[in-house]
Amino acid sequence: MAYQATDERGSSAAPSGFQALLGRFKGPAVAFGWTIVSVGLFALIWEFLWLVGLADPKLLPPPHVFMGNIGEQAQYFNTAQRWQIGADPTAGPTPYEAVAITVFSSTMRVLSGLTLAAIISISVGIAIRYWKMVENLTLPTITLLAPVSPVAWLPVAIFLFGIGNAPAIFMVFIALFFTMTLATITQIDSVNVNYLNVARTMGASKRQIYTRVILPAILPGLLIVLRLNLFGAWMVVLIAEATGVGYGLGQVIMLARNTFNPGLVFFTIVLIGLLGFFFDFGLRMAQRRLLYWLPKGAGSLA
Amino acid sequence: MSISVSCRNVGKTWAAGTPRAHEALRGVDLDVADGEFIVLLGPSGCGKSTLLYLVAGLEEATSGEILSYDTPVSGPAPDRSLIFQETSLFPWLSVWQNVTFGLSLGDMPAAERRKIAEEVLTRVGLRAAIDKRPHELSGGMRQRVAVARALAMEPKVLLMDEPFAALDVQTRAKMQDFLLDIWRGSGASVLFVTHHIDEAVALADQVVVFTSRPGQIKEIVPVDLPRPRDPFAPEAQDLRRHLTAILSAEVDKAFAEQEQEAAS
Repeated sequence: MAYQATDERGSSAAPSGFQALLGRFKGPAVAFGWTIVSVGLFALIWEFLWLVGLADPKLLPPPHVFMGNIGEQAQYFNTAQRWQIGADPTAGPTPYEAVAITVFSSTMRVLSGLTLAAIISISVGIAIRYWKMVENLTLPTITLLAPVSPVAWLPVAIFLFGIGNAPAIFMVFIALFFTMTLATITQIDSVNVNYLNVARTMGASKRQIYTRVILPAILPGLLIVLRLNLFGAWMVVLIAEATGVGYGLGQVIMLARNTFNPGLVFFTIVLIGLLGFFFDFGLRMAQRRLLYWLPKGAGSLA
Repeated sequence: MSISVSCRNVGKTWAAGTPRAHEALRGVDLDVADGEFIVLLGPSGCGKSTLLYLVAGLEEATSGEILSYDTPVSGPAPDRSLIFQETSLFPWLSVWQNVTFGLSLGDMPAAERRKIAEEVLTRVGLRAAIDKRPHELSGGMRQRVAVARALAMEPKVLLMDEPFAALDVQTRAKMQDFLLDIWRGSGASVLFVTHHIDEAVALADQVVVFTSRPGQIKEIVPVDLPRPRDPFAPEAQDLRRHLTAILSAEVDKAFAEQEQEAAS
């Protein structure tokens, strides 16, 4: 039989050079184009409603208003104690730097919580399947706590960690931990039984079966779970920040609410939307790197 | 000649002692001589795969005993390799890492393992695919890699659970020739499960025909045809006719049982 690879990726069959390059970027470019059109259409409707007087600019300022003067919006991003009595309002970082610092600190909270939750819940999930005693002792509690809304943990976060970064990270962690632990167990249970049998016939120990077969086999599913929970993590971090952890996007939203500043609200919403979008994009890239063995399209949820 | 696998009055009941108990095998007596090619033939769900799993040591018999070279089978062992119907290659490993997965469980250095992979992959005609990943290969090639992975363990018994069932007819015929070559070269005994009569006649030294539930040996049919075999030789035709007659009686019985079950 002649050597012949099945071409599931469709890339090796494509002509080389410029055309291949074009083909490779065509899909994403088209998708990006439609994103612009979709967002543009939405903004246009909004602007139209404002034009005909249906959208009150005091309550629902149209995009050109709240995006028009970024500098003005940026000054509300409070990283120094600019608003404290006696503080020099010109001291501290410039408004633009403040926006960057705010975005960065919210992002870091999400990232830390996400990383922490991923590592711990995968470990706990594996431990539950590895040792029956761990399952008996922990699984009932985890199953009971899984449906509790993360918001209910907010007071606990403050009792435990006061204010600052820790409670916000804890909130992200707690929002993800239970679902991800249960997802890990489900993934382990659905590992192709042939994989396990192959390993067993070749004399693999239980430990080897877990590290060499089960762990790589469950990674694709877990990354999808992680991506689905990413948006949840963003929601939770905003709630945590809104209750006062210093500075962050959630805190800016609360400030906007308290000062009746709808423009600032929408500006921050745009920032959050963009951040979530790029986060998801980043995770998708990481997924492609980490799960090099999956043919494109399989389990990518793209 | 020594006996590579010996089944003595082997029975298996799934979920024994529960209301869902289901007898899969009953009273199986079977001796496989060293280097013999045995095909287990029977209707779907007759327990022939179960027997393979018992011999592999992945499941425990509820009655009787299984010996391999006079040692009771008490669990899986590297010299009894199992090859499955569906691809069971690890998608996260390259072809050569898959082939030497069993060896990597010990402490054999990678360079040595790669050398063995090269040698075994050459034997199955896939030397060029050594650094590929499983998803880049066709179904037939994947099964050849699975065979190479079994060979790397230098098995004395090859257990094959409908390994070519998912392949198209042409590829399947090629794979049968390929398997016979490998079998001759390795000197291993083969226990091959199928429900295809043509496949049984093409491959077997002896065809073991199973009854439907519970699986019992109905007849052991020796295939004394010279190799390479001509599928259109009159003796082969006769043999196929004979096997078809036994099997269709079993399938009729299975159908009647299912109807009864559905009615009750």
